[in-house]
Amino acid sequence: MMDPMLNEESSYAPKQTYFSPYAMNGGTCLAIAGEDFVVVGSDTRLSQGFSIFTRDLPKTYKLTTSTVLGACGFHGDVLTLTKVLNARLKMFEHEHHKKMTTSEIAAMLSTMLYHRRFFPYYVYNLIAGLDEEGKGVVYSFDPVGSYGSDGYRARGSAAAMLQPLLDNQIGLKNQQNVQRVSLSKEKVVNLVKDVFISAAERDIYTGDAVVVHVITKDGTTTERFPLRRD
Amino acid sequence: MALADVCGLKTNQLKNSFLSDFGGSSTHLLDDALTSTTNFTVPYGIDPVESLKEFTNPKSDVKIHFDHGTTTLAFKFQHGVIVAVDSRATAGPSIESQTVKKVIEINPYLLGTMAGGAADCAYWERVLARQCRIYELRNKERISVAAASKLLANIVYNYKGMGLSMGTMICGWDKRGPGLYYVDSDGERMSNNIYSVGSGSVYAYGVLDSGYRYDLSVEEAIDLGRRSIYHATHRDAYSGGVVNLYHMKESGWEFISQTDVFDLHYQYKAEKEKK
Repeated sequence: MMDPMLNEESSYAPKQTYFSPYAMNGGTCLAIAGEDFVVVGSDTRLSQGFSIFTRDLPKTYKLTTSTVLGACGFHGDVLTLTKVLNARLKMFEHEHHKKMTTSEIAAMLSTMLYHRRFFPYYVYNLIAGLDEEGKGVVYSFDPVGSYGSDGYRARGSAAAMLQPLLDNQIGLKNQQNVQRVSLSKEKVVNLVKDVFISAAERDIYTGDAVVVHVITKDGTTTERFPLRRD
Repeated sequence: MALADVCGLKTNQLKNSFLSDFGGSSTHLLDDALTSTTNFTVPYGIDPVESLKEFTNPKSDVKIHFDHGTTTLAFKFQHGVIVAVDSRATAGPSIESQTVKKVIEINPYLLGTMAGGAADCAYWERVLARQCRIYELRNKERISVAAASKLLANIVYNYKGMGLSMGTMICGWDKRGPGLYYVDSDGERMSNNIYSVGSGSVYAYGVLDSGYRYDLSVEEAIDLGRRSIYHATHRDAYSGGVVNLYHMKESGWEFISQTDVFDLHYQYKAEKEKK
C-alpha cells in the first residue's frame, strides 16, 4: 500500500477495484481423429499470471469408454462444467438404459454452454470419441456453445501455434501434389508428442508433461511423457 | 413439454421438495443438471449488457472470443429462392473454422442462414425448428414463412439489449409462393426480394445488384449467387472457406453445391483471360 506521505499524488483518493469472476489458467489440449481411433492429448500445467500452481493437472476428462472431453481456460469453470456434464450423463443412462454417444454428448454440451450465454463458462472445449460406426470424430466448441466436427483441433493457450501445424501435417493444406495417406495410430501419437514439445518451447503456459489418450473400440490407453519444466 | 403447456400441467410439483428448499441461487447449478431448463443463468446484481461488453472490448483482459463474421445472401426469382453462404468462423483475429455450416435446415421446406454470433444463430434457429414442428402438430398444416420468421423475431426481441448478435434470413416456400424474410437480434423483421447479411454483405450486394433480374434461369441464378459470395470472400477478411449453395423450390429445398473459393478464384481468372 502506498504511504500517503511518500506518495507524490493525492493521498486517500478512492480506488475502485473490480472483482473479475474469471481467470486464465492456461494449458493446451488437442485431438486428432483417425479412421477407427481418436488421439487426445493435453499438457498438465496449471498456471496464473507468472505463477505455476501445479505441474500435474491433465486437461482431459474421460466421459464414457468411447468419449473424452478436453477442456482448457478457467479451471474453476472447467471443474463445474465436468461435474454437471457427468451428472447429466448419469441421468441419461438412468433414463434411457444406454450410454450417450459422442454426437449426443456434443449436442448436449452445446446447449449446456448456451444456457450460460449471459455469464459464460470460460472454457474452450473439445469432445473426441468414436461415433456409432466406430470412426473417429472430434467436435470443438466456442465458450457459448457453437460447435462443429473437425478431423483435428487444438484448443487453449498454444492453440494458435499448433493449429496451423496440424493444418499442414494432417490436413495437408498448402502442400501441392501430396498423396492423401490415412495416418496410423503410431504416427499420430508421435506427431502429438512433437507438436507439444514445440508448443512448450514457445508458450509459457504449456509444459511439464503431456498426457495422451488413444481411444479405439477396444478401450482407451493412456500415455504420459515429460516436457520442459521451465 | 408442449402437451404439458397446453394442459396447464405444473411439473414443479414433481421436483424433489428437498432440492427446492434451498435458496434460489444454489439451485441454478442443479437446474442445469436436473432439467433442460429454459431459463438462462445470469449473474446476480449485474447488468448482462455491461458485463458482456467486457468480452467484446479489445482492451479488456478477458479474452473470451465468440465465433463471428460472415457473408450470406438470398434472393427470390421466378424459379424460387437461391441461398448462398460462405463457411468461415472467426473469433477475434483468429480463424476458428473454414467448414462451418451457415445454412440451418429447419425442415424440408424452410431454411435459415447464420450471420453474427455462431452460437446465437445455431441455438435460436434450433428453437425455431422445434416451434415450427409444434405448430405443424397442433394445426395439422405446415407453418408459413411469415409466421416462422415472426416466431423467431418475437423470441429474440425478449433478449433485446442483452448482447445477442444474430442476422438471419428465413427462406421457404409456402401457400403464397417463395418467401424470404430478414430477422435480426435488434428485433427487425422485413421481407424483400434480395438480402445479403454479414461483414462481407457490402461486397456481395455490389455483384448481386448488378447481375440480378427476376427472370433469371436456374443456372444463371446459381452462378450469380456463387459469384457474389466469392467476391465477398475475396475482399472481406472475415469471410472465406467454401460457398454452400441451396435452391428453394416448391417441393422444398435442394442442396446444390459446395465449392472452395480457392478454385473459384482461378476459374473466374481463366474466364477473364479468355475474353
